[in-house]
Amino acid sequence: MTQLKKKPLYLSGLEPLVIDEQSNFVNIGERTNVTGSRKFLRLIENENYQEAIEIAREQVLGGAQIIDVNMDEGMIDGKKAMTTFLNLIAAEPDIARVPIMIDSSKWEIIEAGLKVVQGKCVVNSISLKEGESLFLEQAATIKKYGAAVIIMAFDEAGQADTLERRIEICKRSYDLLVTKINFPPEDLIFDPNIFPVATGMEEHRTNALDFFKATHWIRTHLPHANVSGGVSNVSFSFRGNNTVREAMHASFLYHAIKNGMNMGIVNPSLLEVYDEVPKKLMEYVEDVLLDRKADATERLLDYSEQMVSSTKAKKKQDDNWRKESLESRISHALIKGIDRFIEADVEEARKQVKEPLEVIEGPLMDGMNTVGDLFGEGKMFLPQVVKSARVMKKAVAYLQPFIEAQKSEASKKAGKVLIATVKGDVHDIGKNIVSVVLACNNYEIIDLGVMVPPEVIIQRAVEEEVDVIGLSGLITPSLDEMVYVTKELARLNIEIPVLIGGATTSKAHTAVKIAPVTKAPVIHVNDASRAVGVVSNLLQKEKREAYTLQIRTDYENFKAKFLARGTTKEYISLVQAQANSYRLDWTNFEAKRPNHLGVHTLHSLELEKLVPFFDWTPFFRSWDLHGKYPALLNDAVVGSQAQALFEDAQRMLEKIVTEKWITAKARFGIFPVNSVGDDIEIYTDEKRTQLLGKWITLRQQLKKTKGQANLALADFIAPKALEQIDYMGAFCVSTGFGTEEKAKEFEAEQDDYSSIMVKALSDRFAEAFAEYLHHQIRTNYWGYASQEGLTNEELIAEKYQGIRPAPGYPACPDHLEKKTLWNLLEVEKTIGVSLTESLAMWPASSVSGYYFAHPESRYFGLGKIKEDQLLDYSKRRGIALAEAKKWLNPNLAD
Amino acid sequence: MLKSDFENILKERILVLDGAMGTMIQQHTLEEEDFRGARFGDHPCPLKGNNDLLSLTQPEIIKSIHSAYFEAGADIVETNTFSSTSIGMADYQMESLVYELNFESTRLAKEVALEFSEKTPNQPRFVAGSIGPTNRTASMSPDVNDPGFRAVSFDELVAAYKVQVEGLLAGGADLLLVETIFDTLNAKAALFAIEEVQQKQKTALPIMISGTITDASGRTLSGQTVEAFRISLSHIPVLSIGFNCALGADQLLPYVKRLATQSTHFISAHPNAGLPNAFGAYDQTPAQMGDLIEEYLKQEVVNIIGGCCGTTPDHIRLIAERAQKYAPRKPKLNLQ
Repeated sequence: MTQLKKKPLYLSGLEPLVIDEQSNFVNIGERTNVTGSRKFLRLIENENYQEAIEIAREQVLGGAQIIDVNMDEGMIDGKKAMTTFLNLIAAEPDIARVPIMIDSSKWEIIEAGLKVVQGKCVVNSISLKEGESLFLEQAATIKKYGAAVIIMAFDEAGQADTLERRIEICKRSYDLLVTKINFPPEDLIFDPNIFPVATGMEEHRTNALDFFKATHWIRTHLPHANVSGGVSNVSFSFRGNNTVREAMHASFLYHAIKNGMNMGIVNPSLLEVYDEVPKKLMEYVEDVLLDRKADATERLLDYSEQMVSSTKAKKKQDDNWRKESLESRISHALIKGIDRFIEADVEEARKQVKEPLEVIEGPLMDGMNTVGDLFGEGKMFLPQVVKSARVMKKAVAYLQPFIEAQKSEASKKAGKVLIATVKGDVHDIGKNIVSVVLACNNYEIIDLGVMVPPEVIIQRAVEEEVDVIGLSGLITPSLDEMVYVTKELARLNIEIPVLIGGATTSKAHTAVKIAPVTKAPVIHVNDASRAVGVVSNLLQKEKREAYTLQIRTDYENFKAKFLARGTTKEYISLVQAQANSYRLDWTNFEAKRPNHLGVHTLHSLELEKLVPFFDWTPFFRSWDLHGKYPALLNDAVVGSQAQALFEDAQRMLEKIVTEKWITAKARFGIFPVNSVGDDIEIYTDEKRTQLLGKWITLRQQLKKTKGQANLALADFIAPKALEQIDYMGAFCVSTGFGTEEKAKEFEAEQDDYSSIMVKALSDRFAEAFAEYLHHQIRTNYWGYASQEGLTNEELIAEKYQGIRPAPGYPACPDHLEKKTLWNLLEVEKTIGVSLTESLAMWPASSVSGYYFAHPESRYFGLGKIKEDQLLDYSKRRGIALAEAKKWLNPNLAD
Repeated sequence: MLKSDFENILKERILVLDGAMGTMIQQHTLEEEDFRGARFGDHPCPLKGNNDLLSLTQPEIIKSIHSAYFEAGADIVETNTFSSTSIGMADYQMESLVYELNFESTRLAKEVALEFSEKTPNQPRFVAGSIGPTNRTASMSPDVNDPGFRAVSFDELVAAYKVQVEGLLAGGADLLLVETIFDTLNAKAALFAIEEVQQKQKTALPIMISGTITDASGRTLSGQTVEAFRISLSHIPVLSIGFNCALGADQLLPYVKRLATQSTHFISAHPNAGLPNAFGAYDQTPAQMGDLIEEYLKQEVVNIIGGCCGTTPDHIRLIAERAQKYAPRKPKLNLQ
């Protein structure tokens, strides 16, 4: 088998279509086919081309990437109809955008089509049916016209109906075309015949399986060739039972695509989402398709008969919404997040009004208001709202050119909200969710993205005359950045309300540190679902004053109480704290010598290895669904929503893994170390004479009850004075390579839901990688727990020996440690993860930390520290006190 | 010469194409009788403006223009055959002269080219048979009320182009240049005709294709994007692909660059001397255009560079001087 990279199949209409190994399955529209659509046939017979064009347009708007045109009907002059129709759609830029598939069994019709299309089209089809010479002659002519071609698995002896015949004919066709007339192999598309299954005939049992196998054979043995097919054939024996057909198509496509079918004709209205098919039904369907059981057909028939009665009513209802009034169709599409018809519906609505803007202000906003209400009532959940927003965005994007064409005044939005992740911080999942939720509620969002400098935030806020500024951040230095931005706003007398959000932000920090620096309202909003209520209160003239006063009073009370609580806390001096350090029994301890001392790199770990290490609970939390996985899936209130989200996540997860959307890289090392006071010295080798670097740990200063130590991470390392060797590790893992690009792709398609999803999953991969690597360290690289056999639940519960605290987190909140780690491991140079000025890791889905192996090492929170430790720290770190203060600010006791 | 011979030259240096023919003819301020010459004194319809006809009636003028461009440093001149098809000549009722026009125009150009090749043996000079788009479009209707209508069919175009190609081949062209493509279907017909004629005559002249981006939309008149245009003509193993006409060098550069990043072929560009002024004349001076062309050279996006409407031998001289100083673009590898 060759290892050639598949040459892309290039096609074009007015725009290019490139089908390469990265491409998703290419969907060929089939409604402009007189043999497949009775409606289209009737229109062509009556020469009602105007309406026939609309069918083509619907296809393209509905997502067809190629449109198949077929005029093979006895009562029609096929040549003339083909020419006329193709000439007409050439004049419609939104249709002519995509490549044409000229579909006919008559050569003269094919050639007539080739003569009127400027782009590179596809001929459907030719075969060896009439022998080699005609086959080659037709192919040579197609080549001269510059088209790709579908080859049917058909020869002089008939249509291929076994695996062997399929392979034989495809191979023979390929060899003839490529060697005899130099037909570019990437322009060949094989159709290895999709035949019905479950017909009751013994010889049809392997029809689907043979197709899959033939497809796989073609893609692995005929370099650069493509595979296509008409999918609905497979379920022919279930005509009338759409539930089974839809399930069967979903499964067939799934397996065919896995085996290499890269394009095909699929009727989108007869297709279910693979994961949405009930498990039982899918099992029966796949038993048939994959020929897994002798009585598979009978079992599926029985099952489908039982099912018919129960699902018919529901099914009917499911489709019925398309028959309702335009307004309720739009509303339904928004609530259910169905974007399939929205452009057609919006187009219909647009035709009914004078100004396209009225469509937004009327039916679309009505629908979104309903979504907002349901959301407010807790009847809809965040992922659903994001899906609704996707539909809304698509509808608005469709209307945009019309609105601009009419040069009507800017759409009357409920208000303008500027939103940004502050300087030095790269995290934006939460920010994006808030954006989407606000956009859904008709606020105009100006999203400045991540790492936005304060002057840009202020300048844009003024220029755009925004009503609210939203600041987001995840890492602790962002807290100070938010204070700074707010101070600057106050200095410039800008009184735009500021919303504060992000994982490390808190009502306490906002009330104590941010709100007091300005007269303008500052409100902590950590829950996307609250954002709408807050913004709406701020923007309603009649409510605003009372609301901000209420918040202000609330925060001041909160601040007073908080500070009061702060003062009751008792701290001890650093010297006292050091005297109360955690004393381990070092005399009876010998550190396990690591199996692989030194530094290691993983450049591209197989993603599937990480999936078992996933901790899903934080994933749901990032979507505002709180609760522990998996119990959350059965939660009475959010369970069904969590399940739907989980299914979407699983689907994308599979794609991320199989299509390698992201790359997992790691850099890590284990070094000889000893502690010296609160520092940990890192040595070049086990002789421990040469210093490689130094970790600076911080010690708890809160007064402890008797018997409780004032901890520092250095306590878990053998002191140098004991002349006893110890070891410690450090690591950085990242699964963020590729995430941003994928998210951008989704955003370009107005698909914020998927964009957020890919980032959230990427973060999960990073955490899973950290978990995976820690496991590898314990059992292999270091090997101090080589016999460990923990389940994922036990891993999540941190039941293993040793810890992996991360700089910037409670045990070691000092972000500057990351700089040490980066130098020590040469992280940026080797795997390309860099640090921003606020020491956030870029790309975002990255995790770094230390490894401590001592059985008694454990996680703890540093809490607040006092001035004396700050001073001591600045000396050990070799930086000015002011700079030390800047970095440790969130941890300084007042 | 074979396609591979040209490929070898193009790997070494940038070839310079000539400038405008029409602009140069205008400078001779020819009148109706000059166009008619002795031979067409009795022709039933006016002939003024039939520039291609001058190859028969004023061959010395045409030769002098070719000479001026070679003198200025051009490696390739285009034959005076931009409109020499039965479709283009229908306006002058001269369909029957098409073969002769192409043959004679090529012969003239070739004569001058040989003369210069002898003078500068290190710089052999070539003749590209110019194949224009015709004045009809195969994939657009001239009637807005009848979008399905076509003023010309693919078959008519193929038939017309075949005669032109036969004339160009017989006259001794070194290359065939399908240019100013504003409708890709017209170009497909030209390429179809070239294939048929070359197959029949067992010749294999290298083919250059050059499209026209009509405005800032970045599309051809028939609506294709740069990449769609390139893909639509990718079935013929051409020597070069590029853009000419309609835009000045600065406006054209982004599209040439896009092509240069996508194509595995050599890249050509022959832009206009800026955009026409209110009187339809081109004001861009040789120095101004030279500076703009220098950007193409600096950024290594071209292998063949020249001028279209409004350019003169002085323009080409500056372009040729600057082209000498730069390395040619290295075509993208065909990743197998």
